[in-house]
Amino acid sequence: MSLVFPKESLTVFPKHLTPAYRSTVKRSPSESLIIVPHTLSELTGPVYGHDAVQEGDNDLTKQHQGEPLGERIIVHGYVVDEDKHGVPDTLVEIWQANACGRYVHNVDQHPAPLDPNFTGAGRTITDKKGYYRFITVKPGAYPWGNHHNAWRPNHIHFSVFGHSFLSRLVTQMYFPGDPLFPFDPIFNSVTDDKARMRMVSKFDLENTIPDWALCFRFDIVLRGREATPQDPDKH
Amino acid sequence: MSEITPSQTVGPFFAYGLAPHSRCDWQPSDAYDWKQTVGSNLVTPDAAGTRIRIGGRITDGDGIGINDAMIEIWQADAQGRYASPRDTRARPNTQFKGFGRSATDKNGEFSFDTVKPGSVPGPEGKPQAPHIVVCIYSRGMLRQLYTRLYFSDESSNSSDPILTLVPGDRRDTLIAHKQSQAGHNVYRFDIRVQGGDETVFFDI
Repeated sequence: MSLVFPKESLTVFPKHLTPAYRSTVKRSPSESLIIVPHTLSELTGPVYGHDAVQEGDNDLTKQHQGEPLGERIIVHGYVVDEDKHGVPDTLVEIWQANACGRYVHNVDQHPAPLDPNFTGAGRTITDKKGYYRFITVKPGAYPWGNHHNAWRPNHIHFSVFGHSFLSRLVTQMYFPGDPLFPFDPIFNSVTDDKARMRMVSKFDLENTIPDWALCFRFDIVLRGREATPQDPDKH
Repeated sequence: MSEITPSQTVGPFFAYGLAPHSRCDWQPSDAYDWKQTVGSNLVTPDAAGTRIRIGGRITDGDGIGINDAMIEIWQADAQGRYASPRDTRARPNTQFKGFGRSATDKNGEFSFDTVKPGSVPGPEGKPQAPHIVVCIYSRGMLRQLYTRLYFSDESSNSSDPILTLVPGDRRDTLIAHKQSQAGHNVYRFDIRVQGGDETVFFDI
């Protein structure tokens, strides 16, 4: 399979400078980016096998002696390329706040309780069809200092590799129907409505496990599409 | 319109998920015990070539060190081969992955231990000078920034097909400068995200 990575695909990404998200003002380049061709250095990328993770890394509710507090949830889906083909054997990493909206990171000073039974980080490798699955608790919303009364919608951070260094993606998964959506400059940094909604998981009743856990489906579409074979006579 | 999933910022709290063993100080003692998968030491027992250390500091538009950034590097081995299915050439250093991560410390400093990469093939069969692809994430970056690190002691820089696309007066921002430290090959690579002498970033 020979993939190409069209630059047009990146038009749905946020702009580096998005002043409503204040931290971008001093952390975005002021010079124009320089357009360069894709060489072997960009078209290759690291590959991690199943030895990169250990059993239990994808179940964030079993990483301590007791169970974490909060709503137990399943988050699953497929990592696919732009042709909707599954991306197999790729590393998916997540991190999130606990059910109270608090991260274990020592920079997080939000006065909500830490949960001794929850760290909030997980990882897994997609299977041959690009499928992944995590068990965790629903993260809480939390305040942040961007503007008066600023709160982040509930979200889980995702980091995904894919076929090439060009398909590398760090994003956030949101939950359907969050009332904070209209007020969050990070969520709204994606200005295309359809693209923004691709960051919102779907409630998945079919895979919700009775008497145990709600399920949310989150498919991730990475940059990369099959090269169109070119007719040498038309060059 | 593209149908890819948009990028979002890594935020300030990624360290325990993405770089739990890094030098930044995030961690309660009772956190889940990770197996180290991605770190800042890329050297493997079978990695041939010159051992090097890359050190640098990343600063914002006010010149202040960014203490919550993550730097990822991707490089070929000393023979110029990538550990990737897309590079189908024989690869003697089978354990060498060529990928590393360093979260910055409280001053915005990062570092990597690795081997100096060899020259790799470039567009139209022209070789590229030895280089490392660098990807930057932090709070306040809604998408990653890409740049490249070249080495100050490589004469092939002057004919590198990517470096020569950069205006001459900005090329030096992509050069890691060799420093004399006893017994170590250390290259200094500072990254200025914005403002005077801003690092060149690439649209790839």
